[in-house]
Amino acid sequence: MYYFRKWSVTHSRKLETLYRFFEPVFMALHPLWNTAGYDRVEKPVRIVEKVVKNLMFDCQMCGQCVLGSTGMSCPMNCPKSLRNGPCGGVRLNGHCEVTPEMVCVWVEAWRGSRNMRGNEAIQRVQPPVNHAYKDSSSWLRVVRQKSATSQNEGRP
Amino acid sequence: MILRHESHHHPLSEKAGHHSHGRLERVLRAGKFAVTTELAPPDSAQAEDVFELARVFDGYVDGMNATDGSGAHCHMSSVAMCALLTNVGYSPVMQISCRDKNRIAIQGDVLGAAAMGVSNVLCLSGDGVQVGDHPEAKPVFDLDSMSLLATIKTMRDEACFLSGRKITSPPKMFLGAAENPSAPPFDFRPHRLAKKIAAGANFIQTQYIFDVEQLRVFMDKAGEMGLLEKCFILPGVGPLASAKTASWIRTNVPGVYIPDRIISRLAGASDQKNEGQKICIELIQQIREIAGVSGIHIMAYRQEEAVAEIVRQSGVLEGRVPWYPGCEDQECLEANL
Ligand code: SF4
Repeated sequence: MYYFRKWSVTHSRKLETLYRFFEPVFMALHPLWNTAGYDRVEKPVRIVEKVVKNLMFDCQMCGQCVLGSTGMSCPMNCPKSLRNGPCGGVRLNGHCEVTPEMVCVWVEAWRGSRNMRGNEAIQRVQPPVNHAYKDSSSWLRVVRQKSATSQNEGRP
Repeated sequence: MILRHESHHHPLSEKAGHHSHGRLERVLRAGKFAVTTELAPPDSAQAEDVFELARVFDGYVDGMNATDGSGAHCHMSSVAMCALLTNVGYSPVMQISCRDKNRIAIQGDVLGAAAMGVSNVLCLSGDGVQVGDHPEAKPVFDLDSMSLLATIKTMRDEACFLSGRKITSPPKMFLGAAENPSAPPFDFRPHRLAKKIAAGANFIQTQYIFDVEQLRVFMDKAGEMGLLEKCFILPGVGPLASAKTASWIRTNVPGVYIPDRIISRLAGASDQKNEGQKICIELIQQIREIAGVSGIHIMAYRQEEAVAEIVRQSGVLEGRVPWYPGCEDQECLEANL
């Protein structure tokens, strides 16, 4: 919802803290996910993630969340799906070139990012979207990938 | 009998430290003040129409951008125009807009263009389809301008596609990107420039600048951030035909911001078209003085024939004659290469 979306950007720092708290919790649950099978937990986790993030960010479930680098403003709400910053057409009042009634997603992203501890993250060049991840859980993907790297780290 | 493709033009030799074989990169790296312009593609299937458009700039520009469905209107493709122009020796800039093609099509076009000798690309996100003549078209936006830059840089420097698959002969491209210092969020713009440079931009052409002060603030910040040594910046300018056109552009063309004072100056002039050109010349002269500016990009849609005079009167070429087909003057060749 547009109202909550704006609220999330305004409270980007609090949400960042929340994310930082939840990530290790999710990571600690890796053995559980693993035993149950990632494929089997995918559906329930995805449903929860979708409800929560849709409400808070108008999340489009791209499956590769970058909210931490975009000031908690979901870039998939940009009509051009720009994931690396605003286009050159942003209106002088900060509204979107394509959808004039909406504030540009990247004007919001810049605002949100200024409050965050990781405010440099917005400078990271994001790779193109992997469309194969659409409608899958980004949370589980992060846990799975991070656990895989940490397991591999100890290896020769 | 096998017919060999006949090219009128012999490609320039490679130069150490250069990304491309192109003339535009040579001019910029030689520290000359470069002039580029924009070529509005024809709505025709005639090669001659392209040459005719290019000819009006002969001797006044170092490069010309062949737009890629600009304003989301359909015209001859940028890749084809660039192939035609390169074939006779011009140094066109191929614009690629992410609006119309996905990563498979774009990477293929880059290889094809490079094979035909094209050596400059400008990576753009593109205007939304809603402003064009096919508002019902599907907007693609598979990549964005930033990931497009990174993609072509990878193709060029690491000789592989986004998928990681090897390219046997990489495209030698001089990579360009756009910036708009006049669009919000203003504080973000220099950081966005930094990001574009990190993604691979070698040169930047900006959207129309009408507020020189605003550009100066942007350039100062870019200087502070150490960006000006890392890429060539060519601010964009253009003549306005009348106060009415200016007002129309201001309300209808995304990203072009024209201050009231310019519009009232035009409205007050007896010959508005001439006044528009005068303003353009003044802007070029003021912009040129800003530290870190390497050239100028003149966009004169429907006033292409005025570009030569604008360049001449601005004096930015300092007597240099950019190369053009048929120019045999030794001075002209040597000054550029
Ligand atoms: S104005 Fe902002 S939200 Fe709209 S298309 Fe451009 S970057 Fe996206």
